Amino acid sequence: MNPGKLPSTKSGLNLRVAASLAASILLWVCPPVTVAHQAGNSYLTLTRAGAQLRGEWHLALRDLHDVLDLDADGSGDITWGELRSQQAAISNYALARLQLGEAPRPASLHLAELLVDIHSDGAYAVLRFTADHSAAEDLLHVEYSAFFEVDRLHRGWLRLETPEGVRTAVFGPDAAVQRLAWSGKQPGHGPAAFIREGVWHIWTGYDHILFLLALLLPGSLRLSAREWEPVVSFRVVLGEVVRIVTAFTVAHSLTLSLAVLGRVHPAARLVECTIAASVILAAANNIRPIFRGRAWLVAFVFGLVHGFGFANALADLGLRPGQVAGALLAFNLGVEAGQLAIVLALLPALFVWRDRAFYRNLLLPVGSCAIALVASFWLAERLFD
Amino acid sequence: MNPSLFPSSAAWSCLLLDCALLFNAPAAAAPFVPRDDSEILARVPDRRDPLAVGLRERHVALSANPGNWTLASDLAQRYLQLHRASGDPRHLGRAQSVLAPWWEASAPVPILVQRATLKQSLHDFPGALRDLHAALQQAPDDGQAWLTKATILTVCGDYEQARRCCLALARLASDVVVVTASASVAALTGQAERSCEVLRQALARNGSAPAGEKVWAQTVLAEACARLGQTEEAERHFREALALGERDLYLLGAFADFLLDAGRPREAAQWLRSETGVEGLLLRLALAESRQTPPPETLARNVRRLQEWFLQAQRRGDSIHHREQARFALHLLRQPGEALQLAAANWKVQREPADVRILLEAALAAGQPKAAADAVHFVRTNQLQDRCIERLVAALTAEEAQ
Repeated sequence: MNPGKLPSTKSGLNLRVAASLAASILLWVCPPVTVAHQAGNSYLTLTRAGAQLRGEWHLALRDLHDVLDLDADGSGDITWGELRSQQAAISNYALARLQLGEAPRPASLHLAELLVDIHSDGAYAVLRFTADHSAAEDLLHVEYSAFFEVDRLHRGWLRLETPEGVRTAVFGPDAAVQRLAWSGKQPGHGPAAFIREGVWHIWTGYDHILFLLALLLPGSLRLSAREWEPVVSFRVVLGEVVRIVTAFTVAHSLTLSLAVLGRVHPAARLVECTIAASVILAAANNIRPIFRGRAWLVAFVFGLVHGFGFANALADLGLRPGQVAGALLAFNLGVEAGQLAIVLALLPALFVWRDRAFYRNLLLPVGSCAIALVASFWLAERLFD
Repeated sequence: MNPSLFPSSAAWSCLLLDCALLFNAPAAAAPFVPRDDSEILARVPDRRDPLAVGLRERHVALSANPGNWTLASDLAQRYLQLHRASGDPRHLGRAQSVLAPWWEASAPVPILVQRATLKQSLHDFPGALRDLHAALQQAPDDGQAWLTKATILTVCGDYEQARRCCLALARLASDVVVVTASASVAALTGQAERSCEVLRQALARNGSAPAGEKVWAQTVLAEACARLGQTEEAERHFREALALGERDLYLLGAFADFLLDAGRPREAAQWLRSETGVEGLLLRLALAESRQTPPPETLARNVRRLQEWFLQAQRRGDSIHHREQARFALHLLRQPGEALQLAAANWKVQREPADVRILLEAALAAGQPKAAADAVHFVRTNQLQDRCIERLVAALTAEEAQ
């Protein structure tokens, strides 16, 4: 189908229409079949070299010229000399739009050199840079936004070179934040992947685990006067544990959903500090009772804050709008499953040991102290970072 | 952004093995440090070029007044015109980014129409129609909106609605435009001879119409004649259109297709020799080269280029090139199964005669006549007059009967 172009005036039309047509700029109706040049692309390759990441980033001169004027003398050509003189500007522009690693401490990027490469569609500037990145981390968090502000069809092509092979990802304005695994299975976007993410998050969310642990440690004991006494029936123990875990679950599901759906936006730092504080309190309560009885209420109240902590993780996965609800459900299921696994592992031991002296007099206080200490360290770290 | 209709990944299993191709392009030619400061790396539009100056000034004005939609609309318009002339999707991306603050929400009528045009170019036809509907509710006399709507509906094969839009267009546009729009629909619904007649008369009447309008009319006329098998007439109108001097990528592609169908690949290759930068035309060039004996040595390079490009488009999430991909798979890669999947996916989005044709060809080549049943039904219901398509339908019916 072919274009149609409207004239600016036509005799015989009423004045209003003529005026509006005259005022409008002539517009071609674009043919639906796009016979198109290549759209804007940039290419980034990352490899690990010891404790560092090495990057090589190809950026089209055409695209760079749009955002920075590379033709210093206005001659209509971009020469190597002109490109070289703009090295700092190019590096600043590009590296500011690439984040490797999660906030608040992403890897800092250092330009090593600037070169040129000729692709089939023209010349590209090549930035070689290094990034200090913990080699132990398996998941690489990437935020990519080069040229998106001027060209919404621009795409960034990432290639991760790992010993097992190559992983690739495509970044666009609607998929600007992604996480890739250096090894093993790449996190996908199906429900199974989000369940896995949920489990992974609780198992590596040491602050969440320690909080739960602190609450559960005295689970098979009952506070009477100022001492812990063993509870006789397993049913009661189970009931207590179930109450605590359920309260925690309900609370963090609530706030996780609120945060992910964008209803509430608590400050990340506040959330992280409060989580650390909650762990201290829960642990301290085991040593010197701060709140009596209803541990499940404590679990609920602090669970609300822990939920916001999970939300940060989910937000980082760069979900597309249609995926959110499903991902949320799956992620939550994963968190619950992960929690359940921990609880089921602990529960038998807690019950069997309940009337052992070492449990009451050693494990509980010393364990709780240790938890409190670790959490205090976290709190200090998060407060003063 | 784009409703994405992918064929199953299995269909691309062969091409996915070539994933390395995608990155071999940058990696194989190693980056280097040029020896000389004066070595020229790229040519860019002259900074003093009035077009470039105009764009820069408007960008500055817009960033000073980010909420001013008239400025944004003006700037987007320029990018759309640039895209129209060059086919470079970067201009579409820029237009989209300029309109970004008004992309999701309700917007003033000119911006709605521009949004619709952008979405049309990205093959988001439902989105474009929604925007046009909103625009026409506010401004029922917006000729451009009716015209765009008519065009989209014709492409989607919704001829009844398209006709209504053409009726609404009657008072709002020039003679040539109105006639061409209506004739486009009529030529596809059993009135091809009459449409040709009417178009010729309109062209004769309006000798002083703008070249752009005449090119459109001539192209529609030429394609209708070609479909009717009136090869000489078709060629005459194609050449008249080309002689008007407007660089029209659609026209070039349509003429190349005509020459290919007429068994004149050498001429087609001649016309498209320098069009290796525009991939839709590169496809036709490669097709033309593949039909020459012996095929020229540039064929392998062009096929590889197309392969990279389609793979990249797929990974981007673009679904706008399924027709071209299907043609590529069928005629150049000789993979009828993949071609059929692509053509079927394409069929869900658009229904021009070319879309019908590739689906029928692929179904025939893959030995699956049932896959094209819907298209056959479409042809019969609308009385689409096209010699090639009629032959294909006959062949498919015969095969199904076996």
